[in-house]
Amino acid sequence: MATLLVAEHSNAALNDATAKALTAAAAIGGDVDVLVAGADCGAAADAASKLAGVAKVLVADDPIYAKQVAEPMAALIAGLAAGYDAILAPATTNGKNYMPRVAAMLDVAQISDIISVEGPDTFSRPIYAGNAIEHVQSGDAKKVITVRTASFAAAGEGGSAAIEATAVGDNPGVSEFVGEELTKSDRPDLTAAKIIISGGRGMQNGENFEMLDKIADKLGAAVGASRAAVDAGFVPNDYQVGQTGKIVAPELYIAVGISGAIQHLAGMKDSKVIVAINKDEEAPIFQVADYGLVADLFTAVPELDAELGKVGY
Amino acid sequence: MKVLVPIKRVVDYNVKIRVKADQTGVDLANVKMSMNPFDEIAVEEAVRLKEAGTAEEVIVVSIGPQQAQETIRTALAMGADRGILVKTDDRVEPLNVAKILKGVVEAESPELVILGKQAIDDDANQTGQMLAALLGWGQGTFAASIDKQDGKLDVVREIDGGTQTVRVSLPAIVTADLRLNEPRYASLPNIMKAKKKPIDEKAPADFGGDTTARLTVLKVTEPPEREAGIKVESVAELVSKLKNEEGVL
Repeated sequence: MATLLVAEHSNAALNDATAKALTAAAAIGGDVDVLVAGADCGAAADAASKLAGVAKVLVADDPIYAKQVAEPMAALIAGLAAGYDAILAPATTNGKNYMPRVAAMLDVAQISDIISVEGPDTFSRPIYAGNAIEHVQSGDAKKVITVRTASFAAAGEGGSAAIEATAVGDNPGVSEFVGEELTKSDRPDLTAAKIIISGGRGMQNGENFEMLDKIADKLGAAVGASRAAVDAGFVPNDYQVGQTGKIVAPELYIAVGISGAIQHLAGMKDSKVIVAINKDEEAPIFQVADYGLVADLFTAVPELDAELGKVGY
Repeated sequence: MKVLVPIKRVVDYNVKIRVKADQTGVDLANVKMSMNPFDEIAVEEAVRLKEAGTAEEVIVVSIGPQQAQETIRTALAMGADRGILVKTDDRVEPLNVAKILKGVVEAESPELVILGKQAIDDDANQTGQMLAALLGWGQGTFAASIDKQDGKLDVVREIDGGTQTVRVSLPAIVTADLRLNEPRYASLPNIMKAKKKPIDEKAPADFGGDTTARLTVLKVTEPPEREAGIKVESVAELVSKLKNEEGVL
């Protein structure tokens, strides 16, 4: 048994999603090698080698992997598949992009978004936006899997795996990276944050999100949003928490002015502690909240800011 | 250019689904079915390409039971030209869907295939990428906008930290994300017109495919219920609970 885990990283650093997916990979059993494909990605490879439980780090360092474009990534991963019984990647937008391509090249099914490993060939995954859980057994000799990272704890450090260069694969030449616009923020990523404060349609406009920004900065939290707030143009798309946005599971999730549509709950209901602030006491968000405060957010949020100040933030 | 849009008939997104008591699946009896919302966006995009003069013909294909014909009619009422129903009552996994679609692509030679990024029933998010791999085409997944240049397509993609633009050679695969467009409602005259548009009925084997499953569904269970907690009276009480009882502050 051997497993290949494809790392999520920014070349300069390893993304936390990799350490979480490693926990899923280790649960399958056998050695886990990590593939770091990038450009000038030595720092990410070093970080991967330090994760506990990694047998070996394979590095494919070439400009064609700088932005993880799907076609060359899939060609590289499929080329390495012969030595492995399972290939995993975190279900980030990168992993979701190249992994099904890998599966089709290998002529195997993909098991998307697993939330638990029940055996070497048996996994569970959410369907219908998390309203049901499907338990599936794979009949394929090779398993191609993406991991819902919010469902797994991050593997710790303490490893010292060997780092090996691997041959660069083909570039099919049917696509090229043109550019990107990344939301600039000093705050943690939504998927890595320990605390998230999210706003919904109740925020009324984009300027009012500054109230949440202030609290986020105090707490070292990330700021998220419901689909309604994104659709209304209050904040950019990548703020969206929910079925079609980010799936998160922080220690503390504070939902402000969010009614709690099924679509949104699907993205945050695995959070450890959920707080809801909403003036409508019938809002469905209260059915999943550990602590509900029925109040006008425009009074409650400034109060929260002040109360946090009193306890040392 | 010819555009192919594969569409899926799924449980309507407004339906609160129920897991069967015997854990064999989700109860689909007497449940409202509709076109997968992401596929509606894909159909809309193809129809807009036709209205802009970029595409000459829009073909929709659905793999599923006889009733999937209704889903095809919906797409025809939105403005697609003709439909293909690949009839099967089996559960069809994404890899099988992609293989059947490869056969459809070879028969129809479209220059662009637009799919929804995922179906809201199995939430797999695989078919478009798999089809691209089987054809050796480029893929622009999770598209927020598309722009055709000569022989190429610029696709703005929704990614974790923002957006990314890739340029793919045509022919290509695009998968639609939520904000590619807002699908139209079909007008009554267009619904009437759609009844006269042709739908070909085929079988998976006609396109060199089958429905042999690779995965066995052992059971389908309810997700763990989250208990509603308590209501607090004030912000001060809330902060105190979070700090002293939960230890998350």
